[in-house]
Amino acid sequence: MAVSNKPIIWLLFAAGGTFAAFVTPVLIFITGLALPSGLLPAEALAYDRVLAVAQTQIGKLVLFAVVFLPVWHAAHRLRITAHDFGIRADAFVKYICYGLAATATVISAIALFSI
Amino acid sequence: MSNRIVELEILRYNPETDEEPKFQTFSVPCAEDWVVLDAINYIKDELDRTLSYRWSCHMAVCGSCGMMINGEPMLSCKSFLRDLPDRIRVEPLTNFPIERDLVVVMDDFMDKLDSVKPFLIPREEKTVDEGEFLQTPAQLSKFKQYTLCINCTLCYAACPQYAHNEGFVGPAALALAHRYNLDSRDVGRSARADVVASNAGIWECSFVGACSEVCPHGVDPAAAIQQTKIASSVDYFRDMLIPGRRS
Repeated sequence: MAVSNKPIIWLLFAAGGTFAAFVTPVLIFITGLALPSGLLPAEALAYDRVLAVAQTQIGKLVLFAVVFLPVWHAAHRLRITAHDFGIRADAFVKYICYGLAATATVISAIALFSI
Repeated sequence: MSNRIVELEILRYNPETDEEPKFQTFSVPCAEDWVVLDAINYIKDELDRTLSYRWSCHMAVCGSCGMMINGEPMLSCKSFLRDLPDRIRVEPLTNFPIERDLVVVMDDFMDKLDSVKPFLIPREEKTVDEGEFLQTPAQLSKFKQYTLCINCTLCYAACPQYAHNEGFVGPAALALAHRYNLDSRDVGRSARADVVASNAGIWECSFVGACSEVCPHGVDPAAAIQQTKIASSVDYFRDMLIPGRRS
């Protein structure tokens, strides 16, 4: 047997899972709960402030991670879930899941780059 | 002896006469402190001497008496009747071919166990005169949990991935490989990687975690496999980026 090349996908999956578990809930809290409920002042995430963050290199990198890591996590999880549900067309499922994740990665990179 | 009567539905199969396995029910008068194995031994001694099953130590050490008890993989010597209903279904461990009655064919597991080299591969061999390979308590504690495996194969019966794909190396063998990879006296990680880090190895695991739930010794093979995934991923990228690292 040969050593598998799965670490490439799996590391994205693991990093995405960690990110989705620790960072995403905080972002959901800030944008979905703290702002609408008035816990944070409405101008905290005003358009020009967020734009200023997205125009810095670090800001772009963080926003990119927020999008692309959980997307790869979701793609791999969906592929495995399909397998667990008895769908054996793994080659097809794989291309759909990873293809969507790759597309989302490229789109988010282009979108962030063009800000 | 209490007067509780337990009905044991046991899956019987005689390869010489039976087309397929079928259930046979026995009524067993049970004592309060009996385990399922005691009830099966009663059947063997008093009701039907042809019943075949494996057991040895009766104290959850030898790992031979694993069976499906009401659908759950368990050691029959560790399953107390007081925790079970009056009607108990006993079947051979699932995911294995049946040899006869409750005895399963273990060859596939044995081959896989062998394939991960579950033994110490030291940097250099030492004679007895040269003394021991020394190890600190901290070094021991890194892998001690994974030494507790008794090869009962309950984890293989519980594993949905092994059920889907017989090629999967499986929980116990991978946990044992991890046990030796973590051992400070061992240098065999790359020698094990051909099997452990292959598609049929750790990467076939989707972290359902059933193996760890049924393990009678709390070995936690699921954790061992996830830790191996991280270590193997690091190895993979190191091997790719550092030329000549892996021959």
